[in-house]
Amino acid sequence: MDIKSPEFKQSARIALQDANLQKALGNLKAGFPGKRAAAVARVPEFEELRDQAHDLKNHILEHLDLYLEEFEARVVENGGQVHWCSTSEDARQTILQICREQNAKTVTKGKSMVTEEINLNEFLEENDIRPVETDLGEYILQLRGDHPSHIIAPAIHLNLEDVSEAFHEHHKRPKSDDPAELMAEAREMLRKQFVAADVGITGANFLVAETGSTLIVTNEGNGDLTQTLPKTHIVVSSIEKVVPTLEDMSLFLRLLARSATGQEYSVYNTLSSGNRRPDDQDGPENFHVVLVDNGRSDMVGTQFQDMLRCIRCSACMNHCPVYGSVGGHSYGWVYPGPMGSVLTPQMIGIEKAGLLPNASTFCGKCEEVCPVRIPLPKLMRHWREKEYEKHLSPKAVRWGLSGWAFLATRPRLYRLFSSSASKVMRMLGGGKGKVTKLPLAAGWTDHRDMPTPTGKTFMQQWDERQKQEKQP
Amino acid sequence: MSRAEIFANIRRGLRRTEATEAQKEAVRQRLQQHPRNRIPARSLHEHDAQVELFIRMAQEAAAEVIELESLEQVPTAAANTLEAKGQNELVLASDDSLANLGWAEVHERIECHQRVGQVGDQASLTLAFAGIAETGTLMLYSRPDSPTTLNFLPDTHLVVLSKQDIVGPYEDAWDRLRESAPGRLPRTVNMITGPSRSADIEQKLQMGAHGPRQLVIFLIP
Repeated sequence: MDIKSPEFKQSARIALQDANLQKALGNLKAGFPGKRAAAVARVPEFEELRDQAHDLKNHILEHLDLYLEEFEARVVENGGQVHWCSTSEDARQTILQICREQNAKTVTKGKSMVTEEINLNEFLEENDIRPVETDLGEYILQLRGDHPSHIIAPAIHLNLEDVSEAFHEHHKRPKSDDPAELMAEAREMLRKQFVAADVGITGANFLVAETGSTLIVTNEGNGDLTQTLPKTHIVVSSIEKVVPTLEDMSLFLRLLARSATGQEYSVYNTLSSGNRRPDDQDGPENFHVVLVDNGRSDMVGTQFQDMLRCIRCSACMNHCPVYGSVGGHSYGWVYPGPMGSVLTPQMIGIEKAGLLPNASTFCGKCEEVCPVRIPLPKLMRHWREKEYEKHLSPKAVRWGLSGWAFLATRPRLYRLFSSSASKVMRMLGGGKGKVTKLPLAAGWTDHRDMPTPTGKTFMQQWDERQKQEKQP
Repeated sequence: MSRAEIFANIRRGLRRTEATEAQKEAVRQRLQQHPRNRIPARSLHEHDAQVELFIRMAQEAAAEVIELESLEQVPTAAANTLEAKGQNELVLASDDSLANLGWAEVHERIECHQRVGQVGDQASLTLAFAGIAETGTLMLYSRPDSPTTLNFLPDTHLVVLSKQDIVGPYEDAWDRLRESAPGRLPRTVNMITGPSRSADIEQKLQMGAHGPRQLVIFLIP
């Protein structure tokens, strides 16, 4: 998909005024946080599981090469092949070659954000291979020529009418305003595709080194039909998804669904270990795992390594006030929300994605709900520092920071400035306790009031108390 | 060559070339011993309590649980269940324990087949390898006499589960699986918790997306 991250400000402004989008985002805010909280409350050990998951991911990253080698060896023993791809282009070419070997005309796809990341669908189409998305949300988006705005609820930005419209146009059937009917329609349409496909492509939530297995988590069962019916199954995943053992996978699975949808467990958790065995009556004859790097190995050993713990649950965006206000498309690329604001600059460059780590109030909710305790605000701050070092920050920001630094390194001047600014603010507030218009700060006061300082500055209070304490 | 590049990059980040013997040993041990992480206390009880928990959690996930007195009751129970749903065809896994049951007695009520699942199938019957009480999850795996398509294509999925095969947490099921298939896992292992669903339209949950619309568990002693 085209990179639109540099237009974040305009996109966000439009999104805030888009009544349909705001209605759709209301569904997100009314749903996910409450469901997560209820699911978490049922597991008294939840915080301990988070600690263990944090530690285990760190252990994996410290031994990443070793676990990946083990995983590869087991996949080969199971009759599969592993393809290593440094870049999106490597991955696209590898997948195309496998498809061509099979003379593939139609490819069914389970939900996969990595295939979004490598822009696979467009590429396959250019090469006369028809990709068919089978996850209900992704299917709706494909019919509309749209892209996911959320990593697990891809069509969260749409309303019932949009779906009804898209189905009516493509299925040539009467419109319906019943979600159950619409889903039944998609089920019927996709049944034919599942059987017709030559190749099935899925993602993987985890790669198990012990057994050489890939695991997908779905609620619909589309991923299972995608990988069971065609002659060839291609798993497209990324290198940080490897876990040591089935026990370790279980630790993450106890966190994943609860953090994501607030379910106890997703409906289908499916392990795939190689190709069809002798005498098996179904299952793919060929099994390929395409492992994409795309900048991830560059994060190892850096201040961004923590981000490689991410298990893509979406809790951070579900709880983010910025995401909840502007939606996923405003972020302008594949991964939205707080996790996207950290990952996107790594993958497309801070030059293009600089606005994203700035699109945060640092309220800290994302870190609070992250099942693997990624310090997302801290990582966004690292990107802001990088942006500043590279002189990419806007002039107003740089001047503001220089001005503040000038004052902050001169304590007397700083105190003089802050105490007089406090007085001026109080005057402007006129006793209402808030300022509704402030020169040079319309960006703030257009949308909310600025509270006025309520009393003396910290330093004034400090001095007074020191004096009081000295008095006997 | 991407592989060499990726590994070199990872090792550069880890500030080493080859891993040390101690690091390799740590990895070997973890893989061989597969230590358990924290297991929620919820499922760590006596077997009877685990069976009870399994039933409760499976029902919560919208599975139907029907307790039978013996495996021999399955054909009649299957016929009753399908009739109630207006169905009269059933595709059976060819597991001996299922195939050898008295299907002849119900042949006037349901038409039985033994094959892989196909588009348009009304119902299937398969045997679960284990039931996991923690979340009411069924574990099934692929083998010549239990094709995977039977778990996903039909509208109604009937599953026979023996109470003896109900365990508390997933970890107990992994141990059983390692024992029954030493060396390597079956091609696919399915953990199934309730029937298929999606909330992709306006976050409103609808049952029966692409997998079975109904999941019925026949619980036998």
